[in-house]
Amino acid sequence: MKKSEFPDPFEQARVEKGYGEMNDQDDPVTMLLRLKDVRKTAHNWKTFQSGATPGRIVVPSEVNIRDTRQIPFEVDPPMHGDYRKILEPWFKRPLEAEYQAQLKQQINEIVDEMLKLDSVEVVEEFSLRLQSRALTLLLNIPYEEAEVWIGWGTHVFRSEGVALDGDKANILYDYIDKQIDRAIEKPGDDLYSVLLASEVNGKKLTKEEVKGVMILTFAGGRDTVINAVTNSIAYFAEHPESLARLKAEPEITGKAVEELIRYFAPLTHMGRVVTEDTQVCEHAKKADSRVSLCWASANRDAGVFDKPNEVVLDRKINPHVSFGFSHHNCLGATHARQIMNILLKTLAEKVSSIDILECEENIEDLDQFQRKVGYDSLNVKFN
Amino acid sequence: MAKITFITTNDENITVEGDSGSVMELAVQNNIAGIDGDCGGVCSCATCHVHVDPEFVSQTGEASEIEKDMLELDDNANEFSRLCCQLDVSDELDGVILRVAQ
Repeated sequence: MKKSEFPDPFEQARVEKGYGEMNDQDDPVTMLLRLKDVRKTAHNWKTFQSGATPGRIVVPSEVNIRDTRQIPFEVDPPMHGDYRKILEPWFKRPLEAEYQAQLKQQINEIVDEMLKLDSVEVVEEFSLRLQSRALTLLLNIPYEEAEVWIGWGTHVFRSEGVALDGDKANILYDYIDKQIDRAIEKPGDDLYSVLLASEVNGKKLTKEEVKGVMILTFAGGRDTVINAVTNSIAYFAEHPESLARLKAEPEITGKAVEELIRYFAPLTHMGRVVTEDTQVCEHAKKADSRVSLCWASANRDAGVFDKPNEVVLDRKINPHVSFGFSHHNCLGATHARQIMNILLKTLAEKVSSIDILECEENIEDLDQFQRKVGYDSLNVKFN
Repeated sequence: MAKITFITTNDENITVEGDSGSVMELAVQNNIAGIDGDCGGVCSCATCHVHVDPEFVSQTGEASEIEKDMLELDDNANEFSRLCCQLDVSDELDGVILRVAQ
């Protein structure tokens, strides 16, 4: 198997039953594996809610390490839509030319830097730094602040070998509390200040609500972006013809971004809590139990995708769900897409080939399934 | 060259012209409010939803299976719904009127 290959561990269960089972801290999850089921369930927020106990829709559950509700992620309609309305203009800023120019400069710089080195550990040295620096644009705060986040390491919630780490999570929560206090004292034009000045349904956002948005912004866009970037580097290392094609046909870059994001599905799945006795895939589900929407499996559904296990760089119809689906689709998707778009163009322009020196795969343990989601480390040489 | 008219959710009429690419791309280039085209036109995001004026349905044709599946779960979808990233700009579309969905 190629080092950049991401196998689909769900195929058999998806075809035969349509769901899988996972135990998670004694709060089991029924994983929905087919694209249509995933979409329908994501859309049906009344029966499959996000507004459960904070942390419970995340798998693995964060109920034991977090009380703050992430907003708008853990809120159901109609309140969800009220929050989205104030957040969306801000999170669409990556469409502005000035934002893109700054992001391009950041990515140019880091790629130039990497080209000078004999060996680069992509996860820590490239992806984490790229992601952290780009986040300063999304938050509209000074570039230097990225150094603090880089210092936290790749996992905000995780230590080596530990899926959930309360102490690590507290570093982020304490940091955000301090930043909110700073913005109250001295408001600026950063996201904290903008949120503090925002009103939803005629009421100013509370500190707790602002914290909920900020935790989501930090946590949701970290591992996911790091995986998307790292996995892309591995892919181009083993597919120099794709890099050459992007150079020759830059107009397909947008399609290539969507395809890589489909193939990698940087977030494997997301949970919902069942509000009434119901059925999924002819399987009874009781009220107050959990299901998950398995984006990674849905993206390989052969009923929808031709050659689902291949990267078809210019795939024309690509209804993937890597950014989720329906009400709760990813708020940071515009930012993530811009990062990927500029990264691919920059690599195509500046890099002739990439050699993989060594790598450690990051395999997620989903009980019934073992899924490669990225790399713990990936050493390469950029040429 | 095809002339295509968009009616935005604010009832603004905007007629634009194009000869290649998708209708979504044409709309984005002309800053038509309500057409975002987040995914760049691969039928993944449903942010380019329009209702074809019934008079012009024969010109735009029917949605594909995958497109219909996307639209099925959109609360504002009806029989005239299309994702305009799936409509290619060509002379055949000359004169069509598209209402931007809510």
